[in-house]
Amino acid sequence: MGLDIRWPIGLMFTLIGVLLTAFGAVKKSDSMSLDININLVWGVVLLIFGVLMLFGAISGKKNPPSA
Amino acid sequence: MQPIQLQWIDYTILIAYVAFVIGIGWTLARYMKTSSDFLTSARSIPTWVTGLAFISANLGALELVGMAASGAKYGIATAHFYWVGAIPAMIFLAVFMMPFYYGSKARSVPEYLKMRFDERVRALNSIAFAIMTIFASGISMNALAKLLNQLLGWDYNVALWVCSGVVLLYVLKGGLTSAIYTEVLQFFMIVLGFAPVVYLGLKDVGGWGAMNHQLQTVAVTPSALYLKDAGITYAPDAWTSAWRPVLAGSEHNPMGVDWFAMIFGLGFVLSFGYWCTNFLVVQRAMAAKNMTAARNTPLVAAVPKMFFPFLVIVPGMIAVALTAMPDKNYRIPPPILSEATYAKAVDAVKNANPADPAAAVKAVGDALGKKVAPDKIASLVAANAASKLSDTQIKQGIYNGIAENYYDGVILSLVKKYCPPGLLGLALTALLASFMSGMAGNVTAFNTVFTYDLYQSVRRNWLDKARPSTITYKDGKTEDVIVTPKDPADSHYFWMGKFITVVGIVLSIGAAYFASKYDNAMDIIQLVFGFVNAPLFATFLLGMFWKRTTGTGAFYGLFAGIGGSTIFHALTIAHGNMPGIKGGYVHVVQEFPSEMAQNFWLAAFAFLVCFAFTLVISLATKSMKTDAELKGLVYSLTPKIVDNNIPIYQRPAVVGVVLLIVCVILNFIFW
Repeated sequence: MGLDIRWPIGLMFTLIGVLLTAFGAVKKSDSMSLDININLVWGVVLLIFGVLMLFGAISGKKNPPSA
Repeated sequence: MQPIQLQWIDYTILIAYVAFVIGIGWTLARYMKTSSDFLTSARSIPTWVTGLAFISANLGALELVGMAASGAKYGIATAHFYWVGAIPAMIFLAVFMMPFYYGSKARSVPEYLKMRFDERVRALNSIAFAIMTIFASGISMNALAKLLNQLLGWDYNVALWVCSGVVLLYVLKGGLTSAIYTEVLQFFMIVLGFAPVVYLGLKDVGGWGAMNHQLQTVAVTPSALYLKDAGITYAPDAWTSAWRPVLAGSEHNPMGVDWFAMIFGLGFVLSFGYWCTNFLVVQRAMAAKNMTAARNTPLVAAVPKMFFPFLVIVPGMIAVALTAMPDKNYRIPPPILSEATYAKAVDAVKNANPADPAAAVKAVGDALGKKVAPDKIASLVAANAASKLSDTQIKQGIYNGIAENYYDGVILSLVKKYCPPGLLGLALTALLASFMSGMAGNVTAFNTVFTYDLYQSVRRNWLDKARPSTITYKDGKTEDVIVTPKDPADSHYFWMGKFITVVGIVLSIGAAYFASKYDNAMDIIQLVFGFVNAPLFATFLLGMFWKRTTGTGAFYGLFAGIGGSTIFHALTIAHGNMPGIKGGYVHVVQEFPSEMAQNFWLAAFAFLVCFAFTLVISLATKSMKTDAELKGLVYSLTPKIVDNNIPIYQRPAVVGVVLLIVCVILNFIFW
């Protein structure tokens, strides 16, 4: 209905992904859990997810579904 | 429990989420032109969105918290709620019931009942639903505000009003579409927010096999972890096997249920009663673009739903395994107690005489008002006598010695244990998101039912009915006429939809305060839900598949079902409960091994009573509807849907069968 939900989802997770990745990269010691830099690892995962969503949104715009 | 300190990164994630949900509402506002847009999304939403919203509307924080709690209490058998309960019901809804809901063009479940039966049945269902859904909303918000208060130290009132305010903002602007879109966002937040916690927990425990190994030891002496009273023992697979302990009988599984109550009570009556008739979830399927999309919505939802046990139930099992491993320095959280209570207990330890451990144990137990583990307290007192421990150390020792578990605290305790700042913000925002979504979902269901089924119905049938009137002319002559007031324009209903949204939020806040004041409120509300929901599926089953069902039969059958629930509850009790709100207040005719067993049997009974009465009364009364009026509403009078022009993998019947097979396989794997 007018707004492709993939835009806000993609944007939000890309943003959060970037934040967590940056935090994990800079504040390594604060981000450790069971010897994994979980912020860095998961931040990257979220970033990839967000970007995939955005790709979906962009392709949705190029090929609008038939009315 | 120490309040968690959040850092700037955690707050940033939280604020980002809130900004996005409000932004979604604001962006959608310009597309809201009619009451239909606002209240029902005017059938315009793609299948994957309605599917995820369908499951998300149900995935409130109470489920996240509750399933982890149940996972700790009952182990993998908790998955029955999903694999025996939800999945078959969702498939049935998709394949058999959506054609009637969607094809009838009803705007709500009560409206379908009006088309199939009459206004009485609609009124009964909509009033019951409206009340239930506001209370569900209030319970959600109360739990959220309490959580924020305990966890972050926020003031309860501020938390409640601010969170309600956020929900109001995005729902008022974007209506049902806003709620649906944010539910999809929330779905991803929950999966992505909690998956790392589950992963880290499993890693810490040593893997799935190691966890099961611990659980097998626990099952033989559950009292060691305060899971059950002393003396109770189970076979080693009680926490790790879903079916064997249930088939063995109600004394052989921690849930205390037998297979019949499980399959018929939970699997059929309760699950089908919820998933097939509750407007909160059905509304999301009704918002789909077309009939195929509507039928596929519950199927799309069933896929993640099937695998959710690994996300929400496993944390509970991990918590039990961790508690059984002494070097992990973790226990299932005890009931939450105030600092003052702990201070009194610390004093009791300091003043205790190490030569008389029994008195010390009693003193500490009295100070806390909870049961304590005698051996742990005795050794704490001895340790304190040997070398003066700090207050913090004593407090920790007392914490470890409380012999009661607060299962609802499990998921949060794991989040605290494994999430560093950053991930912590993500997990907490996910939890928050699901609470707020619980309120949004309930309020959008409420405003639709109120506006169309209560308000519009009353207007059209009472206020705006054609009625005789008398005109007096200037010359004194009078004339008797029939006056038909005009139905107000849609803009009036659009306005009403918005107005009642505000009212719904305010009422939810009221319900939240009610739930917070009375400890028993949750129990009462769950009870009434059960009374009303249990018989409902019988009404729908007969209505949709037997054209002979009459309005009178449905109406009185439903009443009989609710009455049956009440009587059953008044005459039965669960082992260990006192007669009163838990039942048995008239006379105890039957005692059940657990509350869950009592609930399942109550549901089965209410269903059968409603079914029987509806059947008999229908046979004795005439239908008010002609066959032509019932076309599209009843199985025998509806042309079968032809799916030949859809690719085979999109046909609801085919997909339904595949999902059922996967579900059966899962049941076998965890046999």
